[in-house]
Amino acid sequence: MSKNDFATAETMASRQREISVSEFFLKNRHLLGFDNPRKALLTAVKEAVDNSLDACDEAGILPEINVEIKQIAAKRFIVSVTDNGPGIVRNQIPKIFAKLLYGSKFHRLRMSRGQQGIGISAAGMYGQLTTGKPTIIQSRVKHAKTGHHIEAQIDTRQNKPVILKDQEVDWMPEFVAADEKEGKIQYKHGTCVTIEMEAAYARGKLSVDEYLKQCAIVNPHLELHYRIIAADTDAEDKGREKNATPEDTQGGPCAPSRGKGEAEDTPWTTFPRASKTMPVQPFEIKPHPHGVELGMLIQMLKDTTAKTVKAALQHDFSRVSDRVAAEICQRAGLNPKEKPAQIAHRESEALFKAINETKLMRPPTDCLSPIGEKEIITGLQKEIKADFYTSVTRGPEVYRGNPFQIEVGIAYAKPGDNADLGSEEPARVLRFANKVPLLYMAGACAMTKAITGVNWKSYRLPQPSDSLPVGPLAILVHIASVWVPFTSESKEAIAHYPEIIRELTFALQECGRRLSVYLSRRHREAELERKRNYIELYLPHLALGLKQILELDDRQEKTIVNKLQKMLERTHLEQ
Amino acid sequence: MKKTKTEIYAVSKREASKKIVESAGEIHNDIIKKNARPRMRFPIRSLSNVKYDPRKGHFEILNKVATRTLSYNTVKTFAQSMRLLATTKNDLLDKNDIAGKREVYYNSKSWGECRFNEQPESDTLLDDIEAMLGINREQLGYIPEERGGEVTGPLTVIDLDPATGDEIKINCEKLGTGAWSIPSQVEHLRFETRAKFVLVIETSSLFQRLVHHRYYEKADCILISMSGVPTRACRRFIRRLCDDRKLPVLAFTDGDPYGYCNIYRTLKAGSGQAAHINQYFCVPQVHYLGVTPQDIIDFDLKDATHPLEEIDIKRAKDALKNDPFIKHHKEWQKALEQMLSMGVRIEQQAFAKHGLNYVLDEYLPRKIKKGAFLP
Repeated sequence: MSKNDFATAETMASRQREISVSEFFLKNRHLLGFDNPRKALLTAVKEAVDNSLDACDEAGILPEINVEIKQIAAKRFIVSVTDNGPGIVRNQIPKIFAKLLYGSKFHRLRMSRGQQGIGISAAGMYGQLTTGKPTIIQSRVKHAKTGHHIEAQIDTRQNKPVILKDQEVDWMPEFVAADEKEGKIQYKHGTCVTIEMEAAYARGKLSVDEYLKQCAIVNPHLELHYRIIAADTDAEDKGREKNATPEDTQGGPCAPSRGKGEAEDTPWTTFPRASKTMPVQPFEIKPHPHGVELGMLIQMLKDTTAKTVKAALQHDFSRVSDRVAAEICQRAGLNPKEKPAQIAHRESEALFKAINETKLMRPPTDCLSPIGEKEIITGLQKEIKADFYTSVTRGPEVYRGNPFQIEVGIAYAKPGDNADLGSEEPARVLRFANKVPLLYMAGACAMTKAITGVNWKSYRLPQPSDSLPVGPLAILVHIASVWVPFTSESKEAIAHYPEIIRELTFALQECGRRLSVYLSRRHREAELERKRNYIELYLPHLALGLKQILELDDRQEKTIVNKLQKMLERTHLEQ
Repeated sequence: MKKTKTEIYAVSKREASKKIVESAGEIHNDIIKKNARPRMRFPIRSLSNVKYDPRKGHFEILNKVATRTLSYNTVKTFAQSMRLLATTKNDLLDKNDIAGKREVYYNSKSWGECRFNEQPESDTLLDDIEAMLGINREQLGYIPEERGGEVTGPLTVIDLDPATGDEIKINCEKLGTGAWSIPSQVEHLRFETRAKFVLVIETSSLFQRLVHHRYYEKADCILISMSGVPTRACRRFIRRLCDDRKLPVLAFTDGDPYGYCNIYRTLKAGSGQAAHINQYFCVPQVHYLGVTPQDIIDFDLKDATHPLEEIDIKRAKDALKNDPFIKHHKEWQKALEQMLSMGVRIEQQAFAKHGLNYVLDEYLPRKIKKGAFLP
């Protein structure tokens, strides 16, 4: 091998250049949930709906959302999500939808559905990559004279929006009325995002349908309309092969296509609003010192507006009082008056160590907005037919300095009453993080681990070892946190923090105890019913025998049966 | 108060029918007048509710009574009892008909969900009704299906023609290579004999050997084969024959706990199951000839034995502890303990070790001459 075959620092330098975030994600789309066409469709809908819900919640608007999926070719779909949210100011529109890592949520410690500001722009970028079409945004803010129609693409090199079309239009979001005959309901504010993309549609546990249904469960204040307009039977059939249940095909959106002319007639499926109470608005909090890592600490020291280290500790973090700040400085061997930006690397390490050695109050927990026990039951009742519902909202707890809160709900159907909940099948698990349904990677999720770790046998449910309990039930699990610890950026599974698993276990056990009370009552009732039937089966024979021996008449025979029935009911059936 | 033996035993069909109406009337009364859950009462039929009275010679039932009160658990049996009583009264007694146990079982198939699923269910219920009414099942018109045993020897049985009622004489000595079968009803039979005693044998193969060599001529005895635990008819037949002709009886069974405690004990004193009627179905005058554990030594049969199995040991220990008959007789306790310590059992046929006919040429004559029998 000759020397010339090796690269030199110079030739290497010629190939070294900056990688834009957009380019990185283009090559690593699986990190964002666009690994395959089917999942891409779900992720696009999910990101748009999450944004709509976050915006409405923050603006105090009872959300109403349209989700329309229109198939235009075998593998090509137009996804369009409309909301009645506050709308978006014209200048922000291109950045929000056509620039990665742009958003309002990343820099705040406040509970919200989206966290990083990647989602919706990644969906647009995926559409752009697979179809070449821009993302179309229509939006109107309250009291504005007109709305805006903007078509934008992302410059993947520079992670910058490129505006292709920018018009003022008289646009307003429109929704079908609960009774379709009443026509449309219009709002004076809202946003509609439309993305054309390569995708695939299939029903089942990982489908858009399932996602929206679960959304409706944990957001009982949401009015959601949904329809899918299929282009041709080919694609439609493909979708139906997988997991199609009779119930699915009855619904409007999944009805077979009736030709292009009639596509617009495809009726909407509505998940109606069940509660007009807005969720409690979560407060924004400053980071808790125990949840901050060294790198972030250094960055915070650089960025702070405080004049001294002590002041920075006190003002930029939660739960650091004057006394505690002084204690930390002393422990770190730092002059409290030192300028934060002046703190050298070695000193910051000492500071970091000192912080973690200092006892602190736990972070404030009013930054969380749980769904609520009542609302969980309302949501479950709305979408899952069952006989018994229960829910538990645990108090807030802390992992790694981040407050979190666990909620669990159980819906148990009478065996055979609900085709979706087979009595011989494992429980259906509905996982949620900050009110967002998690459909993928159930096996890797701490929630699944907590459920399988509970001994359900003691709550009268069969359970194969290390598995989900078996029975006609759905288990809803929710984690609310200012920073939900996902195992990856596609936000599909919760990391296995012992604090989280412990809280999950407590909540599941409490629900399990209530379920077992219900089950034993039902068992008792079934037993009484069985006994009653058994008794009623044989008493006529007893009477018949007596009648034949004693030559009684029919009336006497009947009297015997009636009397005995009453006597036995008294002894056996009144408990 | 108490009826005499024969009165109870020979209760007429009309009386039996009346008894059923009485019992049903009480139940009806419970329901309608007393407004209470009806009950059926029957004596408990097991060894725990019998007493062995050596003077009377049979197990006598004590007064432990089981009450079956109508409840969720008993409602099916209760209903079945009523229907069975109705069938017994209306179809058997009032119509002067008879039925086998298996026929009862099949008859119930027309009762819908009240039917018996297996024959043992109807058999048990029949026993219950028999005990409750205090009337034995033959009198109710139920004929046993098991064979009653076989008889050969210098005996003439005087039977009646079932159609005409004419006398029929059966000479049990002139049956060639066969034997006379004991019928299920023996109450009407009369006997003529010149035999000196009766020899009752457990297995039919040994019975046939004795018949083949006309042992009954040589020994002047009547031979009866039981084929296992003697049926009621067989016990009643032996009892009537021996009471009537004042004959001593000897029993010859396998030398094992089953032969002692089940076959011989039942023959002599009756069974726990049928405690309420033992007084008629037992043969108190019977004595035990063999094979005793001592015979194994005396007749050099050690190498013709089998080790006791677990069930044998359990049966022997159980008898020593719970069987009122064994508990009364020291000789039997000694015999059982001897057997347990030897750890072996022996069959009747084991004498073939010394030659096929050793049993009738040597064993039986020597034992009978010696005259030392177990009680």
